Amino acid sequence: MSPENEQQSPAGLNYDETKLTLGLPGSGSKRGFSETTVVGLNLGSSCSSSTTVDDEVKTHRPPAKAQVVGWPPVRGSRRNLMTSCKYVKVAVDGAPYLRKMDLETCKSYQQLLGALEDLFSFLTIRNDTNERKLMDLANGVEYVPTYEDRDGDWMLVGDVPWNMFVESCKRLRLMKSSEAIGLAPRTPSKCTSSS
Amino acid sequence: MGEDPSSSQMSEDDDRSPPLDPISSNKARNCSGSGCPSSSSSSSTDYIIPYPDQVLENVLENVLCFLTARQDRNAASLVCKSWYRAEALTRSELFIGNCYAVSPRRATDRFSRVRAVSIKGKPRFADFNLMPAHWGAHFGPWVSAMAKAYPWLEKVYLKRMSVTDDDLALLAESFPGFKELVLVCCDGFGTSGLAVVASKCRQLRVLDLIESEVIDDDVDWICCFPESQTCLESLMFDCVECHVNFEALERLVIRSPSLKKLRLNRYVSIGQLHHLMVRAPQLTHLGTGSFSSSEGNAQGDQELDCVSAFAACKSIVCLSGFKEIFVDQLPAIYPVCANLTNLNFSYANISAEQLKPVIRNCHKLQTFWVLDSVCDEGLKAVAATCKELRELRVFPVDPREDIEGPVSEIGFQAISEGCRKLQSILYFCQRMTNEAVKAMSRNCPDLVVFRLCIMGRHRPDHVTGESMDEGFGAIVMNCKKLTRLAVSGLLTDQAFSYIGQYGKLVRTLSVAFAGDSDMALQYVLEGCPKLQKLEIRDSPFGDSALRSGLHHYYNMRFLWMSSCLLTRQGCRDIARALPRLVVEVIKSDQQQVETGEYVDILYMYRSLDGQRDDIPKFVDIL
Repeated sequence: MSPENEQQSPAGLNYDETKLTLGLPGSGSKRGFSETTVVGLNLGSSCSSSTTVDDEVKTHRPPAKAQVVGWPPVRGSRRNLMTSCKYVKVAVDGAPYLRKMDLETCKSYQQLLGALEDLFSFLTIRNDTNERKLMDLANGVEYVPTYEDRDGDWMLVGDVPWNMFVESCKRLRLMKSSEAIGLAPRTPSKCTSSS
Repeated sequence: MGEDPSSSQMSEDDDRSPPLDPISSNKARNCSGSGCPSSSSSSSTDYIIPYPDQVLENVLENVLCFLTARQDRNAASLVCKSWYRAEALTRSELFIGNCYAVSPRRATDRFSRVRAVSIKGKPRFADFNLMPAHWGAHFGPWVSAMAKAYPWLEKVYLKRMSVTDDDLALLAESFPGFKELVLVCCDGFGTSGLAVVASKCRQLRVLDLIESEVIDDDVDWICCFPESQTCLESLMFDCVECHVNFEALERLVIRSPSLKKLRLNRYVSIGQLHHLMVRAPQLTHLGTGSFSSSEGNAQGDQELDCVSAFAACKSIVCLSGFKEIFVDQLPAIYPVCANLTNLNFSYANISAEQLKPVIRNCHKLQTFWVLDSVCDEGLKAVAATCKELRELRVFPVDPREDIEGPVSEIGFQAISEGCRKLQSILYFCQRMTNEAVKAMSRNCPDLVVFRLCIMGRHRPDHVTGESMDEGFGAIVMNCKKLTRLAVSGLLTDQAFSYIGQYGKLVRTLSVAFAGDSDMALQYVLEGCPKLQKLEIRDSPFGDSALRSGLHHYYNMRFLWMSSCLLTRQGCRDIARALPRLVVEVIKSDQQQVETGEYVDILYMYRSLDGQRDDIPKFVDIL
């Protein structure tokens, strides 16, 4: 998709028409179905302008597309599966218990550190430049977040783009810094194989 | 699977027979009475007209005891007056397909010795928020009538009914022999209601809550079961979104030696699951709850224990749950895979790679529900192993339109090639082709239920850009046993012409954003003699299409049409032409005062007792 399409809604709609409402779209004499159109999103060439979508559509429907109540027909209990679906175990070296956290609740590595700080109350984020570390201020022990990826390898957290990390992370381990020396931070081959 | 309503939790389509025609039942009453010469089908060979009592006795003994299916009983009741009476006295299972088609009073007056009742309420589109809240389908009037009429009632099965805590309390108090309560897609009650049922129904064998909304009243209902040994055989509460007292649950499982079916909710951790499985190795149906650990528990050797716990439960044939799955715990279920006939992964966001090691052992699998996160590749793995598959449901992780979907015609066609015994499919996808649908129509001739949901509205064939008419046409043409059909994608009137021409056994049809003109609906109403349930939304069908069904509406359970082109006058014309039809015009947006040109929702159904007396403000009965 070209950059300009990423800023506007599909087929160049104005936002009023895509606004969510409780009632059915098109109150009064306009009906919801008359506002729908064939979606041209997955037809590569049609994304460039709304008029192209019109031309591609084999029926006479106008290009507006509003959110519709109850479509697709998925029951409420099945609708929030996108959230809270990426639970991973979190271990801290030296602690006898494991915790679990939902990676989907974080959107960045910084948020992840914050969540870890919340999960383990004795840890604080250490404000080093470029380094992602947590520290137990009581005894000065430093922890580095590591994770096990899909291939079973243990990696330093933070090397790959966030989304890729969420996809491949199976579990987290806060390793003592002193023991994390063996983990190579960035090897080009590793980066590509974990995509 | 799915033959007994109380066990059809995974398959929602359990309707087998057409409901009793209200016109015909009048004819039965006019039949002249006892000793009908027409009852020559009875065993008597002499020509002396037997006494009424003798006829009744013969009937009761020889015929009616063998009739369990309601359509057979309906037919028997039409023979003559004495058969009608005998049948009414001996019917023990009462099925009410639409709670407003008949009043509780009429039902209990006719059938006096009922032990089991099934009642269905709201139409299915209510599940998708298309029906405004508080529309109706109240259990109250039914339980009140039955409390007086059926002191020996044992089983109640409700689907899409509004049930209050008071209703449950009345139920618990009124039926000393009460054994089974199954609530599917119900709402209006809470844990207080469950508590009363648990404590007062001492003979309770089955308490199944399926896809129901349960209010959290902070009542510890699990604690309310009697302290002595229970008769519990089935306890399903996976839809209950409240914490349960685990210690009480564990004690309950320990003192329920007959427990075979247990479905836990997502507040039960995998460690707790392990404890319960150790207590109940006789389980056949297990809902695993969250299948992940709770926050503060040590894991350590828990994984090993889970594997051995599953290994010890040699009888498990039905597995579900996995509501917050820790995927690396999944190997724990390997020991039971080979015996599984039902597997429900529809809450587990797992990939193809995570599915494969599980599914490759599931040779006996007949019912499989899964999320599309497994991708086409995962479905190919299913097709490669699950040769006995009868029912497949693929749900979307992300139910939005206009996104790249992980499953497509590729996985769909693979399934059709691998799973030749398929009878029922529900498939959500973002793209599909006619070719794949045609392939399935040829590869899976036993299909009874075909529900394809292409999530983008009016989406054409992904490859050819044509409408999906030919694909769905092939389905109705080639799948000669088809009774339930849901269509989607870009469809012209031609698709409906095919349905009318070939869909002679179709009983349930679901249409959304489809068709070009009134002809589409007319094809269906004129062509499908067995049609009973028709639900349509956002399609360009108007008054003249509605009129084309006048000859058939008394044979239907209901018609739902929302966001179509029906005018109030058009609906009124139907109501006038068919006095026994209840024609409800429903406003979908309750704030809206003025009505536009078209009716928001038309919901109409036949009724023996005229309009209901519990109409909310946003409903008009014409």
